[in-house]
Amino acid sequence: MATHEVSFPVTDSAEILKLRAGDEVVVQGHVIGIRDRTQIRIFDQGIEPPMDLSGAFLLHTAPGVRKVGPGRYEKICIGTTTSARMVRFTEGLGSKYGVRAICGKGGFPDEAIEPMQRLSMVYFAIVGGAAALETTQIEEIEEVAWEELMPECLWKFRVKDFGPLTVGIDAHGSSLYHDVQERARQKLEDIYARL
Amino acid sequence: MSASVTTSNRLEEAVLEAAAYLYVWALKDIPQDLRKALAGAAEKETSVTGQRVLQTILRNVNVAEHEQNLVCQDTGIAVYYCRVGEGFPLHPARIYEALKAGTERATVEHPLRSNTVHTLTRENTGSNVGFRVPIVHWDFVPDWDGLDVKCVPKGSGSENMSFLKMCVPADGVTGIKKFVLESIVGAGGKPCPPGIVGVGIGGSADYAMHLAKEAIARPVGTRNFDPLVAQLEDELYELLNETGIGPMGLGGDVTVLSVHVEHADTHMTLNPVAVNYQCWAARRASAHVAADGTVEYERDA
Repeated sequence: MATHEVSFPVTDSAEILKLRAGDEVVVQGHVIGIRDRTQIRIFDQGIEPPMDLSGAFLLHTAPGVRKVGPGRYEKICIGTTTSARMVRFTEGLGSKYGVRAICGKGGFPDEAIEPMQRLSMVYFAIVGGAAALETTQIEEIEEVAWEELMPECLWKFRVKDFGPLTVGIDAHGSSLYHDVQERARQKLEDIYARL
Repeated sequence: MSASVTTSNRLEEAVLEAAAYLYVWALKDIPQDLRKALAGAAEKETSVTGQRVLQTILRNVNVAEHEQNLVCQDTGIAVYYCRVGEGFPLHPARIYEALKAGTERATVEHPLRSNTVHTLTRENTGSNVGFRVPIVHWDFVPDWDGLDVKCVPKGSGSENMSFLKMCVPADGVTGIKKFVLESIVGAGGKPCPPGIVGVGIGGSADYAMHLAKEAIARPVGTRNFDPLVAQLEDELYELLNETGIGPMGLGGDVTVLSVHVEHADTHMTLNPVAVNYQCWAARRASAHVAADGTVEYERDA
């Protein structure tokens, strides 16, 4: 398992294709915060996001923040939420907006594997609940759109040494979550036979 | 104003302050028994990804302490467990109001992220309180004049991984074990493993889930007083850690830190089993309020 540093947004697909499931990654540059209501607005209500998402790294989050001025926020505690609820947006994020990485906790079910492979996208697993550490890696909240969805707005964070992340699903059709589930199901058969 | 009204106002303020303090304390400073269990998990784990996750968790706990920040951003839904002595001079109706006001005060003053929304409109109340929120569980204790309050902020990642099955008597104990195993494997990385698996057996459907929730609020690794139930806890712990789900569901040796089972007797034709998951950041904090309003905070209750 290799260790990589990747800067987002990416312009070269090679940056995504070099990553393999299980690899460790540290991220620099910009991260876009997004959550359930943000994506419901984009895809179910058909409202165009007022931020460029091409080559972007999306983070499943709803940050704890303090308002310090019009459209200006300071971080208090920023962590990551469960991704599985939002898996149905994966294809659209990649094909329509050019998103290259989605980061969250708990993984995506298998339906994400095919679109991620076709559109050269990756899923990064962060350590859920490790928000105190994550907050120190976010240097600044640079932009926020759709404040009326607080805290489920569209956020732009500048990050430094964001991670460590694990490649959960790579752009080559491999998913740690799929493999772990498959092995666990086999193991359950053994256990049931012993009960 | 009569003397008893003054006493009761003072007590209500004491409970309010305790609730506000407990909510923030629980979110920032996880208990020693949990820290020990997490360190123990890191010693046992042999997978590369599992080690990466557990080392990050341990680092995060230290950063939270050093930065005086929350361990996890999910401030949860505020849940309180109250043991009220029959001689405690504040009526539970007033205790509830104090817990609610304390939750709101902590949320607004800190400030904490508010998670509480109307179930249909999804509109956020902005204060972490609302209709029937916070959630308070009550126990009443005869021949005592004190109040014990335990605050357990419950995050949604783990609460979403709650499961109930009305097994039939013919499913026996094997049916119970299978359901717990199936539930935790199915939950995978979503509830932030390795955490505490709470299991409630017996009673009725709603009571089994209540017991499962009570089980996750126990200090990590404590055992049920009934040896038969304690044996089930040990066995489920071993079996769940054979599944290989691992830290954050990325594969590994440590899937759960502990299994806690609470039980009640049940109807001859019932065999309910409920699973309530508690994430690795198993936050809880307790206080004892004496009849004179003195508050003592207890880390490890």
